[in-house]
Amino acid sequence: MVDVPVSCRSREYPLFKEKDVKILVTAKRVEDPESKIKVKPDGSDIVREGLKYKINPFDEIGVEEGLRLVAKHGGEVVVVSIGGKEVQEQLRHALAMGAQRAVWVNHTGALDQMGVAGLLQKVVEKEKPDLVVLGKQSIDDDQNQVGQYLAEYLGWGQATFASKVESLESEQEKSKTPALQVGADGKTVQVVREVDNGLATLECQLPAVVTTDLRLNLPRYASLPGIMKAKSKPIEELTPEKLGVDVTPKVQVVKLASPPERKAGIKVPDVATLVDKLRNEAKVV
Amino acid sequence: MAAVFEQARPGEASVGGAFLFKDVGSVRIVTPEVFTEEQRLYLKTALQFSEEQVLPRAERIEAKDDALLKELLRRAGELGLLMVDIPEAHGGLGLDKTTSLLIAEAMSQLGSWSVTFGAHTGIGTLPIVWFGDEAQKRKYLPKLATGELIAAYALTEQGSGSDALGARTKAELSEDGKEWVLNGSKLYITNAAFADVFVVFAKVDGDKFTGFIVERDTPGFTVGPEEHKMGIRGSSTCPLYFEDARIPRENLLGEVGRGHKIAFNILNYGRLKLGAGVLGGMKLSLRNALHFAQERKQFGTPISRFPLIREKLARMATLVYAVESMTYRTAGLVDAALAGADRSAEDYDAKVIAAIEEYAIESSIMKVYGSEALGFLVDDAVQIHGGAGYIEEYPVERAYRDARINRIFEGTNEINRMLIAGMLLKRTMKGTLPLFEVAQAVDEDLVAGRLPKARVEDELAAEEQAAENLKRLAIYTLKVAAETFGAELEQRQVVLATVADVVMDAYALDSMVTRTRQAAGEGRLDEARVAMARLCAMEANARSFERARRALCATVRGEVLKGHLEKVAPLELFTPYDPSELRETVLAAVEKAGGYPFSAV
Repeated sequence: MVDVPVSCRSREYPLFKEKDVKILVTAKRVEDPESKIKVKPDGSDIVREGLKYKINPFDEIGVEEGLRLVAKHGGEVVVVSIGGKEVQEQLRHALAMGAQRAVWVNHTGALDQMGVAGLLQKVVEKEKPDLVVLGKQSIDDDQNQVGQYLAEYLGWGQATFASKVESLESEQEKSKTPALQVGADGKTVQVVREVDNGLATLECQLPAVVTTDLRLNLPRYASLPGIMKAKSKPIEELTPEKLGVDVTPKVQVVKLASPPERKAGIKVPDVATLVDKLRNEAKVV
Repeated sequence: MAAVFEQARPGEASVGGAFLFKDVGSVRIVTPEVFTEEQRLYLKTALQFSEEQVLPRAERIEAKDDALLKELLRRAGELGLLMVDIPEAHGGLGLDKTTSLLIAEAMSQLGSWSVTFGAHTGIGTLPIVWFGDEAQKRKYLPKLATGELIAAYALTEQGSGSDALGARTKAELSEDGKEWVLNGSKLYITNAAFADVFVVFAKVDGDKFTGFIVERDTPGFTVGPEEHKMGIRGSSTCPLYFEDARIPRENLLGEVGRGHKIAFNILNYGRLKLGAGVLGGMKLSLRNALHFAQERKQFGTPISRFPLIREKLARMATLVYAVESMTYRTAGLVDAALAGADRSAEDYDAKVIAAIEEYAIESSIMKVYGSEALGFLVDDAVQIHGGAGYIEEYPVERAYRDARINRIFEGTNEINRMLIAGMLLKRTMKGTLPLFEVAQAVDEDLVAGRLPKARVEDELAAEEQAAENLKRLAIYTLKVAAETFGAELEQRQVVLATVADVVMDAYALDSMVTRTRQAAGEGRLDEARVAMARLCAMEANARSFERARRALCATVRGEVLKGHLEKVAPLELFTPYDPSELRETVLAAVEKAGGYPFSAV
């Protein structure tokens, strides 16, 4: 296991509180992975009729981590989502988990990763959080770009694919201890991230952008009292115009297509044939 | 018909049992389509809990892992799932009954868990919520709300099941007047192996049926060995023994001699909840059967393509739609009766009890129709699984065994059928339902050859008429029976049960038609919903007239009988459809959704 503290450079940004941490988390609305996704015959979009939606599971992990940090250090979790009024459902879910308030960027048109990062940048500049936690990617188009773009736009340090050493069955997880370690002076955060040959620990100056991997935590359920309380928590409505962001996409989706169906395998009579095919047809040995 | 009803009882639009006398769609009903955002979130949390915490542990639960059940109850408590019916002042959430039912639905995916959960939150906790004094509420409710304490309910005895008031367990005050001394035994007590608090019924002075709170460590109180059951094997069911068991005087629940009020009101709510308490299991078994049929190939074809399998799947989905439509309609009626009531007022509990009692007819319908729909559904599910359905490895084998108890507990279906017809008559005598006035109008219409006309001329006009015809048939048959037998009708159980069957079909069809129209709003009716209402109408029409004829045959003879049969015959007119076409329409929606297509979340 590699354990190398790497310092990320970060532009000076005044921390507005001594101990409390203010955390901005995202809650993207995505298709429920259990729904059957079909591409429209003309390839322009997927068939949305009858689909179920939920909060991006990686974002949900981000919400959970934010809540644990705030439980430990004090402060507040603000959740943000971009989309039509239906994304309020995902915001309510995060509020029911325990986030204190929500920001809804009302926008129904097309958006690319730069557009999303641009909008989030303005929300961050408005909210001035110590830490932004996003899912490393959203499970709809799996791009894995927004966190990185956002850090770049903000000029902040970034730690992507945050994970942890302890397993999800560990006592540490059961006691809902945060995996991200905010330094005693409140100026740094230590992030364990998965790399090819083990785990690396980064230390970033705050404010910073962190994106979450799958094994960071097990998100809590929205409890019934939580859902009741969420009803009266505020959702602030913003728009790209209000934020002064031009979200005209630079990336355009030309066409969607389902992956080609896998061809059925074949049975070979003996090992010799197998080796022969691997060598001469597949050319892998 | 509504006109007659309004005339008979002006202003009383929301009377229990009134659906039988009112036109289809004359009032808006609560359906899953109009659940609030919060209710959807509650349902999501509850389903997530069931699917991630309960179902994956089914094997351990079925092996009677009591510690696991207690742990799951505690986790459910953490999420607030045990708090729904407990008032805020005592550590609960004091939510509406619709919410309570949709939680019950989500918890019902695994029978053993459903019964454990229901015994704790329902029959175990509610007697204290509704009838406990302030000190008892303060002592027990906050801990019952979190799952720190687990509750059970002890009514049944060796000699008294349906005849609950025939209990022989005795309670008497000790000589110093400080304690109640209990002697006797109870049978089939759910959660007994690990419950901390038992609501126990016993007779004071030999005849005063009374409720008590008995704590587990009470001297003289012991819990007997586990029963070995056909189904819900993971739930605990034991006898209780009281041998000079001494409990403090303040553990009297309610008043001496008023135990029947506790028992009957708890049962009313339990029956209403049972409709919801079968839905989760029904939906899961439908999903499992569909997936199995899609995977299983015979003759080189997935069996889900064979018409006889498709017929079963369509029938299963239709049963779910019927039960779901009635369940939330009834819950909505209770909530509407409580709308605007101050939840912190002293008389709020009394209002809740009264509202639930008001809809006792509908609740008994939910109990009977729900449990039998579940029975038919799991039977089809096993059949679709073929040999695999008979093997323990498949969840459908367990679902089949687990379903059976639902027709027995919370009052047997026989008792509830008697109640449906009996309460219609009783309320007619009390003057709250206009059976005889409406029967008179029905009679006049029949003599004059007038048939009910659909209020709305859409694709469900014929089904609306069919529902109206079933109501008229039930009213007419019940009236003839009441006139013929008088006070003796109570003994004519078969006639009463038959009328109850017709009433149930009428409620189901009325609810499905109303819901389908409401769900469409101003738009076109959904095809699959229409097809299900039509499938239900065809079945209901055919069996109800057969039943009504038998009831009339058992009531009158000769020319009189002939006259009645000829009179009701025109009501039977219903042009059937090609069922295979309806089946395909339903199945298209079911296959697209990968299961039942019309759940709220």
